[in-house]
Amino acid sequence: MSLQGNDNRGIRELGAEKKVGWDEVTQGVALNSFVGESENSAFLKAEERNYNDFNSYTATVASWRIIKPVYNRDICIDCQNCWIWCPDTSIISRDKQMLGIDYDHCKGCGVCVEVCPTNPKSLLMFSEAKDNNEALAGWPVKEKKVKN
Amino acid sequence: MAITSVKNLKEFSTNNDRFEGAHLLCPGCAHSMIVRELMNCTDDNLVISSNTGCLEVSTAVYPYTSWDTSWIHIGFENAATAVTGAEAMYKARKRKGTLKDPDAPVKFVAFGGDGSTYDIGFQWLSGAMERGHDFTYICLDNENYANTGGQRSSATPIGATTSTAQAGTHSYGKKEKKKDIVSIMAAHGSPYVAQLAPNKWKSMAKGFQKALETEGPCFINTVSACTTEWKFDPKDTIHVTDLATDSLMFPIYEIIEGHELNILYRPKNIISVEDYLGAQGRYKHLFKPQNRHVIEQIQKDIDDNWARLQRREEARI
Ligand SMILES: Cc1ncc(C[n+]2csc(CCOP(=O)(O)OP(=O)(O)O)c2C)c(N)n1
Ligand code: SF4
Ligand code: SF4
Ligand code: SF4
Ligand SMILES: [Mg+2]
Repeated sequence: MSLQGNDNRGIRELGAEKKVGWDEVTQGVALNSFVGESENSAFLKAEERNYNDFNSYTATVASWRIIKPVYNRDICIDCQNCWIWCPDTSIISRDKQMLGIDYDHCKGCGVCVEVCPTNPKSLLMFSEAKDNNEALAGWPVKEKKVKN
Repeated sequence: MAITSVKNLKEFSTNNDRFEGAHLLCPGCAHSMIVRELMNCTDDNLVISSNTGCLEVSTAVYPYTSWDTSWIHIGFENAATAVTGAEAMYKARKRKGTLKDPDAPVKFVAFGGDGSTYDIGFQWLSGAMERGHDFTYICLDNENYANTGGQRSSATPIGATTSTAQAGTHSYGKKEKKKDIVSIMAAHGSPYVAQLAPNKWKSMAKGFQKALETEGPCFINTVSACTTEWKFDPKDTIHVTDLATDSLMFPIYEIIEGHELNILYRPKNIISVEDYLGAQGRYKHLFKPQNRHVIEQIQKDIDDNWARLQRREEARI
């Protein structure tokens, strides 16, 4: 049995011609998140990054949704509750402002709606089939506190 | 180190997320809330490892990766081993002068589920802590082996029903109590250990930053509400976590150098544990008359633990 393939992967085999040191071993499977040299992405916004096709950012899970959040800018106070707790990196915030929902990555969990503190809420869940403008046109008005 | 501001959420939100969407974790899963926050609380380069579990299988589905930083997975039990190996290599190469950018700040972080942390990867974690590597281990504690269908782990609380400790006519679910992993890790002489929760985002971010800044092996147990196995509506992840911290089922605290215990969250109104248990399907059977005694036991354990934590905070020993 030939062990040739292992040479390229830097695995040391008895009798192999080229022996490599512990700090020269290359990975078994490696996926690069970005094209070319990876900058520290902490300093780049999503739109400034050179994403590789391997990065799940380039994929979508939109088909998971049966309900979706709709965002109403008129009531939003930019508190960023929805940003911190969205499990799918789907709240687009730039310069302390909430800009909207990334519908490619949102799974429709509804967490953002639950943590939105405004009255009425600035985010509400609707059927995936509902038109966003229609949803906004029928937005509920402020709920009065019921006194017991 | 380049820690980012956590003064308020608006400032925190100016960070550029390094954990990408279209991972395959369940809708409403708290694992990703915790991972996103860790990656947002520093601008440093990160070298991250994960044990096998929901986080790992959902963020590295070939041909995709959801990680914008270096990330490695080897096996179920060895996230601690993998990342401390990388840390040792990094230090050696720094000494040899073979690093391309020796001044770039780097932090080493391992993520493990409770199954891999409390049980199967326990000796590997213990070894890494004892060797004293400069890294932070974060346990995503959802109190069960979620990725394989919800088996009981030693982090599963007494009374919860799981696929291998099922409640039925003769059983109220798991019989044994949850392992106190925070004390065990503090006993390793770790300079910083803590228990944190994503609903209390600020104390979680500050705790993460402390662990990253502290030299040596740090350990953090995070409460990770699991909509699928705890059986609650995905929209309620933060609500259920609020009930967990307000009932003191999950007290939020840190232990510095093994003795300086600080309670990081004191609920204004401590709620009954019934409110927490009642919000989840996995505890439904406890409300039957014949199982009520288990709820009483859980409440008593919580009260005793809270008294113990407060005494330790005062005594500083
Ligand atoms: C040595 C070994 N044993 C068992 C498994 C199967 N396995 C894969 S993920 C998993 C459960 C993980 O549970 P946990 O660590 O709590 O993470 P969670 O999925 O709950 O986040 C198990 C048992 C494995 N991959 N390797
Ligand atoms: S519904 Fe869930 S995934 Fe979608 S934006 Fe809101 S919190 Fe994020
Ligand atoms: S939680 Fe509501 S108010 Fe706060 S930023 Fe999001 S949409 Fe706006
Ligand atoms: S099973 Fe639980 S921990 Fe796993 S992805 Fe689903 S919600 Fe998250
Ligand atoms: Mg688990």
